[in-house]
Amino acid sequence: MVKKNKKKVSHIKGFAIQFLPYSDIRDLNGDERIRKILGIILGNNILILQGKLKPEEESRLIGDTMAMIAHVKEFKGIELAVIDGEEEEGFFSKMKKGLVNALSGGDLGAITIIGPASVVKDIKRNPKKIELLLNQ
Amino acid sequence: MVMKIFRNFFKRIFSGMFKSKEDIRLGFYGPPNAGKTSLTNRICRDWTGEEIGSVSKVPHETRTVQFKEKVEIEYKGKKMTFKMIDTPGISTKIDYEDFLKFKINKKEAKNRAKEATQGVIESIKWLDDMDMVVIVLDATENPYNQVNITIIGNLIARKIPVLIVANKIDKKKADIKKIEAAFPEYDVVGISAKYGENLEEFYESVFKVSKKI
Repeated sequence: MVKKNKKKVSHIKGFAIQFLPYSDIRDLNGDERIRKILGIILGNNILILQGKLKPEEESRLIGDTMAMIAHVKEFKGIELAVIDGEEEEGFFSKMKKGLVNALSGGDLGAITIIGPASVVKDIKRNPKKIELLLNQ
Repeated sequence: MVMKIFRNFFKRIFSGMFKSKEDIRLGFYGPPNAGKTSLTNRICRDWTGEEIGSVSKVPHETRTVQFKEKVEIEYKGKKMTFKMIDTPGISTKIDYEDFLKFKINKKEAKNRAKEATQGVIESIKWLDDMDMVVIVLDATENPYNQVNITIIGNLIARKIPVLIVANKIDKKKADIKKIEAAFPEYDVVGISAKYGENLEEFYESVFKVSKKI
């Protein structure tokens, strides 16, 4: 029993969680953002990004991830989830949010979680909760 | 600025005039194993007598973009001609070891994984070339998957009309309401591509959504 617990602990030591404030990527272009994110993921870190990427950046991230699977040994891809702020909003709160986003340069009410597939098995997302399932 | 507005106005008018003479490029997108090829096969078989590609239980069976030109669909006396574009399933991870479970040898599995990664890249590139997209989702799976949201986000950004299909409604676990709740702003049609269930409603929705092009 004790041995089993030791084994689990040794696996959990293999990764870190890194927080990336939006201010760190605000001034980067799309290419630089994706490069920075993939650099963190390739270091076996789970990334928690303040805000979210644009849809075309997200698809670019998926495309670049696919290209890296073919070129980086042991890299199997990523798990990705975006948690938005409030789901249902009225006209005025939408307008206020739009204004805040325009001033800050990104949707800061959202959080993006990205992890290497070798560490994160699945991110189960329901509207009200998120589960991060790790590989044993 | 004024020049730009005029240029865009004329571009829209002229492209609209010529587009009506061309086939509508109808793309089928979604995660792997949702039934994209099963659905395009069903449609192509019904209207041309030929299939578009092979289907399999093994994920990433479709690894290159497949086409079928001049597919004329008739619904309630109206006819529309489509270019059907079946795309490889989009995912964020591909592990060759997952294919070994399906009794595929290691070499073949590695090759399949390599081709599958290229297929995902190709699918993403093709997003720019669609007139309309059918997103095929497996109704037995959780729709709150970031890949689905990313695909829809990209289509919205490109102003491409979207129809969501909840496939595999013949299965007990299928839950269309969950898909409708996840994407309340879109038309969701429940079908079974395998058994040809509810295809009339699907064609009706295709004609309806195509008006937004």
